[in-house]
Amino acid sequence: MFGKLTWAAIPFDQPIPLVAGGVVLVVILAVLVWVVVAGHLPYLWREWITSVDHKRIGVMYTLLACVMLLRGFSDAIMMRAQQAVAFHSSGFLPPEHYNQIFSAHGTIMIFFVAMPFVIGLMNLVVPLQLGVRDVAFPTLNSVGFWLTATGALLVNVSLVVGEFARTGWLPYPPLSELTYSPTVGVDYYLWSLQISGVGTLVAGINLVTTVLKIRTRGMSYMRMPMFCWTTLASNLLIIAAFPILTATLAMLILDRYLGFHFFTNDGGGNVMMFMNLIWAWGHPEVYILVLPAFGIFSEVVSTFSGKPLFGYRSMVLATMAICVISFMVWLHHFFTMGAGPDVNAIFGIASMIIAVPTGVKIYNWLFTMFAGRIRFTTPMMWSIGFMVTFILGGLTGVLVAVPPADFLLHNSLFLVAHFHNVIIGGVLFGAFAGYTYWFPKAFGFRLQEGWGKAAFWFWLIGFYVAFMPLYAVGFLGMTRRMQHYDVAAWTPWLHIASIGAVLILIGIICQITQLVVSIRHREELRDVTGDPWDGRSLEWATASPPPVFNFAFMPDVRGEDAYWGMKQRVREEGAKEPDYKPIEMPRNSPTGFVCAFFATLMGFALIWHIWWMVIAGLIGAYATFVVFAWRDHDEYEIPAEEVARLDRANLLARRNLVTAAGSA
Amino acid sequence: MAAGTFAQAHTLPLVGLEDAVHEGPASKRIITGYGFWIFLLSDIVMFSCFFAAYAVLLGQTAGGPTGAQLFNLPNVAIETACLLLSSFFCGMASVAAEIRSHRWFQIWMAVTCVLGLAFLAIEFHEFADLVARGAGPSRSAFLSAFFALVGCHGLHVSAGVLWLLTMMAQVFAKGFRADIQRRFLCFALFWHALDIIWVGVFSVVYLLGSAA
Repeated sequence: MFGKLTWAAIPFDQPIPLVAGGVVLVVILAVLVWVVVAGHLPYLWREWITSVDHKRIGVMYTLLACVMLLRGFSDAIMMRAQQAVAFHSSGFLPPEHYNQIFSAHGTIMIFFVAMPFVIGLMNLVVPLQLGVRDVAFPTLNSVGFWLTATGALLVNVSLVVGEFARTGWLPYPPLSELTYSPTVGVDYYLWSLQISGVGTLVAGINLVTTVLKIRTRGMSYMRMPMFCWTTLASNLLIIAAFPILTATLAMLILDRYLGFHFFTNDGGGNVMMFMNLIWAWGHPEVYILVLPAFGIFSEVVSTFSGKPLFGYRSMVLATMAICVISFMVWLHHFFTMGAGPDVNAIFGIASMIIAVPTGVKIYNWLFTMFAGRIRFTTPMMWSIGFMVTFILGGLTGVLVAVPPADFLLHNSLFLVAHFHNVIIGGVLFGAFAGYTYWFPKAFGFRLQEGWGKAAFWFWLIGFYVAFMPLYAVGFLGMTRRMQHYDVAAWTPWLHIASIGAVLILIGIICQITQLVVSIRHREELRDVTGDPWDGRSLEWATASPPPVFNFAFMPDVRGEDAYWGMKQRVREEGAKEPDYKPIEMPRNSPTGFVCAFFATLMGFALIWHIWWMVIAGLIGAYATFVVFAWRDHDEYEIPAEEVARLDRANLLARRNLVTAAGSA
Repeated sequence: MAAGTFAQAHTLPLVGLEDAVHEGPASKRIITGYGFWIFLLSDIVMFSCFFAAYAVLLGQTAGGPTGAQLFNLPNVAIETACLLLSSFFCGMASVAAEIRSHRWFQIWMAVTCVLGLAFLAIEFHEFADLVARGAGPSRSAFLSAFFALVGCHGLHVSAGVLWLLTMMAQVFAKGFRADIQRRFLCFALFWHALDIIWVGVFSVVYLLGSAA
């Protein structure tokens, strides 16, 4: 009846996951009870859960990322604590639990923090920057978000029901094969990622189609804000790379469930094929994450320097070059495979070449700042912190791209320090910059600056204190993923690293405080004009938060930095009352949520081999598809008077600002 | 109709980078078709992984039978004929949809469906036969790759048949509304794409596999 699922799946003998899971469960239940009792459920259902508004979906993606960041970070601090005490000792985490923690940490941070964070920001901002009212496929967009949430949910369920993979964030065979990992841990990993992978692919198709096919009048390619270009590049990579992940994980699933021999030791399976396939996805994946961050920095640096982006065209070219070259470097993840000096040399050189367009970008940002009137706001601080940190991470990357050096550093903590250096210093700092920069656009009030700056400094210093020692122990020969060790020389470095983790924790606490303080003081931080930073692109040309239709009338773009140009024109020519027209918008739909419900059911049933439930889930998913396809009215009309009412107040505030700035 | 979309999908992305005036958002029909083309592209990337795996594992028979010993080419030829013909009739259904002929649309879709089902039946029979002869997917890495690649295509065709029946029901109940026409355009693209992949399967798996 319940497949492999029995009471033995609940880890009653392990206090840490059980207590952690219990606390999370109590918190979730408390929130649910509060939502229902306070009568917020209809509002949540109507305005958020069934919403197909790209702004709402973007906010939900980002929220998911922030919540999962807490989960991923608690794994991180446990690992740092374990390694700080595990000299000649087994520490406080037993090996099987420690292995799950580092696997869950990597999986969560990449798939359920970094990915939803950047996809959330792209969803929120790109249609606004393109001057349009929606994305190409609004309902699919909602499906994509909810499938991502399903994946995150399944990973968290593994905390209390069964266990998570012990195989690292990429399940290398033969360890991940049934012979060596007979329990459900790897299955949790596989199905969570298959389901959320479909969600990511949907998001990718949606955003590429949006950028290529839905831009306002006059918004030709070479007038798009940089963030739209990086979104395009990143989502092209999603479309080309995520199917590889799906296929690779499907092969491992076939091995585990139906006795296939893709990656097994026996029957002629080929383990190295897994490495090649997974990294053919895995390397583009890091650029999927970091390219949008580059876009965010471009917007932030240009806005807060009060100048157009330096070398816009070279930036576009560099972005697209990275997009292509990122597919030609995957082998540097396993130089030690023994492909021979020629193959290794080619991939080593390709890996160094990809540093060139990245270098171009750094110079572009520096020259944008040069001779600008720089305002040192929180997003700008994150951007400058990024430039310093990312250059360091990039340089260690070029170092490990040299095959002979890589033979020494492979799988050492040096490597761990390198990729944290680029992912925290690049992706996460970018996400935080974007979060602070676009928060007023999403919610109508700014985040408090003081706590934001405190968070930045704790994060920045915490990062260096936590990861510079790991470079050092890497040189001292410490390999990654060690549950305990007996080399005395490593201990002081690991102690320092754990202090760094505590500093980062304080940074996170500052961020939470910042959010709470900002919400309580929202009236003082209110953004009435919709243009709090004196911005240059079209997302600042509408109210904060924007009305559901984004723009009362579609902007007409006449050059780069579209909104900057409009502000100049209004100053010179004055503005006239626009001619408001009714607007058609897509109706909300529970399709995404229902799909995710059945996907969760099916994923859980597949993990535990509950076959009747798999079939029930399949039928449910097909029925959802047909019901959705059967709907007759998918749009509604907002009358012109309503559009005018929503737009007028903001237009007035905005004009006052523009003319005041003009006369000053 | 399908050809028109093909041409539109290919005017981008590099042509017109410098256009002084961009006319604004494209029509819904173009947006839908374009998005679906991109999905098909991603699906083909996924298939290419299974093709690559097949190429890598082709010689790994683990002492078991090879393709030359297992494949029944005349059978595969009939299978191929069914699928290619179904694509032709799917094209006829597109023409019927264009001229809004309910009767011919339903007839051609039914023919497409029957041919698709015949393809699936032959494939299922082939699989069952191989398993009965002890040449199932767990026999060797070569057979794993074979079953995964061909089976993945078969799953796509099965999903396509479900979609086809849903389309017939939709056109029957709601007629040739604009959104249903767009949906049918996507279905037709999907069905033809499965043909293209099958041409690859036929050449790489069966023809090259029989020679090996």
